[in-house]
Amino acid sequence: MTKALDTNKKVGLFLIAAVVLAVLPFIVGNTLGNSWIRIIDFALLYVMLALGLNIVVGFAGLLDLGFIAFYAVGAYTYALLGSPHFGLHLPFYITIPLGALFAALFGILLGTPVLRLKGDYLAIVTLGFGEIIRIFMNNLNAPVNITNGPQGINLIDPINVGGLSLGKALQVGGTSLNSVYLYYYMFLALTVLVVIMAWRLQHSRIGRAWVALREDDIAAAAMGINIRNIKLLAFALGALSGGVAGGLFASFQGFISPESFGLLESIMILAMIVLGGMGHIPGVILGAVVLTIAPEVLRDVIGPLQMKTFGRMLIDPENARMLLFGLALVVMMLVRPEGMWPSKRRKAEFEDAKEAAAQKG
Amino acid sequence: MAEALLKIEGIHKRFGGLHALNNVGLTINKGEVYGLIGPNGAGKTTLFNVLTGLYQPDEGTFTFNGRDLFRAKPHVVVSAGIARTFQNIRLFAEMTALENVMVGRHIRSKAGALGAVLRNKGTMEEERSIRSKAMELLAYVGIADVAEERARNLSYGHQRRLEIARALATEPMLLALDEPAAGMNPRETDELKGLMHKIRDGGVTILLIEHDVKLMMDLCDRIAVLDYGKKIAEGVPEVVRKDPKVIEAYLGAAHA
Repeated sequence: MTKALDTNKKVGLFLIAAVVLAVLPFIVGNTLGNSWIRIIDFALLYVMLALGLNIVVGFAGLLDLGFIAFYAVGAYTYALLGSPHFGLHLPFYITIPLGALFAALFGILLGTPVLRLKGDYLAIVTLGFGEIIRIFMNNLNAPVNITNGPQGINLIDPINVGGLSLGKALQVGGTSLNSVYLYYYMFLALTVLVVIMAWRLQHSRIGRAWVALREDDIAAAAMGINIRNIKLLAFALGALSGGVAGGLFASFQGFISPESFGLLESIMILAMIVLGGMGHIPGVILGAVVLTIAPEVLRDVIGPLQMKTFGRMLIDPENARMLLFGLALVVMMLVRPEGMWPSKRRKAEFEDAKEAAAQKG
Repeated sequence: MAEALLKIEGIHKRFGGLHALNNVGLTINKGEVYGLIGPNGAGKTTLFNVLTGLYQPDEGTFTFNGRDLFRAKPHVVVSAGIARTFQNIRLFAEMTALENVMVGRHIRSKAGALGAVLRNKGTMEEERSIRSKAMELLAYVGIADVAEERARNLSYGHQRRLEIARALATEPMLLALDEPAAGMNPRETDELKGLMHKIRDGGVTILLIEHDVKLMMDLCDRIAVLDYGKKIAEGVPEVVRKDPKVIEAYLGAAHA
């Protein structure tokens, strides 16, 4: 009885979520304007990125500070094969999977030399790796111009689904749907796929092996888990979603340059995971959405608020925004170190740690 | 004639200047309980780690069930049929008891990332069989009632049993137990003894390190004694107990 009820409840929740997600851009577009749909599109990209990094950091427990490199690989793959730069205009259903595949290969390339490293040491090496990729993109314009260096690549093809270009407004009946609407549905579809992939991986033989690796790698090895392969698999699959997001980003922006793939981006994605609830898919999604949207809300609020209360700008809104944002992160980590929406297991871990600390006095 | 299951010869292991294992050789026969004793620091756990692939020996030979396992990686050793427990219990603390044992099934199952994502029929069936086999093993060691409890919250005795269940999940031919009775009260030790008999009668050979000499004399078919990284005696318990070299190693030369 109760089980049937639970199932009904789940189906109900699912349907509500589906309807909300389907009409979301129309509500946002009509109230806040198209620029906010664009922000939501970015939030979806960050959800994909955060879920990818969550496989590496949250599931397998491997601290990666260079994750943005895989986003860059996906983005550059798409851009180089779909722009006037080389005069190639391959369709997205080739370039995006290819970008994901390259990103996964780079994941293995990064993973192989760091197999023996853990924790801080691993973090430093991955940080270096992320920078190397960015610097390569910055300098691969001579002697042969591959990436066009710091100028970046312009006029990247928008995604074209069977003749429908997502880069141009679509006329339906009397209304015109801006490109940000079209990309929203494209991103949403792929985000759902990434969520399903991450969820199913977590609840599988592979997911268990990752948790075992995270909790005690020696015991995991003694249980017959091939530590090398399971680590490389985490790096590759995490990078895969990063690569997909990168390709989508390139098509959406129409322009990419190495500047978009700096260390700060890697740290932001890590912050989304930690703030949301490491290893917990709903938490990670929440973290990504909140950390994408919060700075934009602050941008819209801080300036007018200062004008209203003080009659003039006391602090440059851009500075104040990042200040408040940083402060919010600090407070959050002090008050809720386990994240906004942690898994039961992780919550228990933190409670155990607290108890142990209390017992020590 | 007893059939050899595991055979090592001339094993050396050095850590910098320390010669932890010095020309150690031994043979474990199918179906026996083989004990390994020695004073603290004699090299028992080092030998254990060599036999389970966690340490790579510097020299020697290591064959198991006809397979060469010299310098094999831990997962290869496990797949060949050697499973172990740890002196200081190493469970996956935040996983449930059931999940711990399910991890032990890893090497005997094969669903990969693609199967996990597609959830095809084969993968789902395998997952069900992993779960039911894990439940079976929890019942076998007598802790089925705490299957959904996190390993961290189990009592000490239950944690020891869970570690054995997890090791058995890899379907070993040789189960290596590193001081399984350490920290147990006499009642728990007795129960453990019963469990070990059950495992041996089920056809699994057992290698045992233990400090409790009485327990070793009761349980083991044969015993090897290590001292300063060398094997100083080997044989049935009654003979080993009276060996002057063993008495010297344990009690000092004056008593010999």
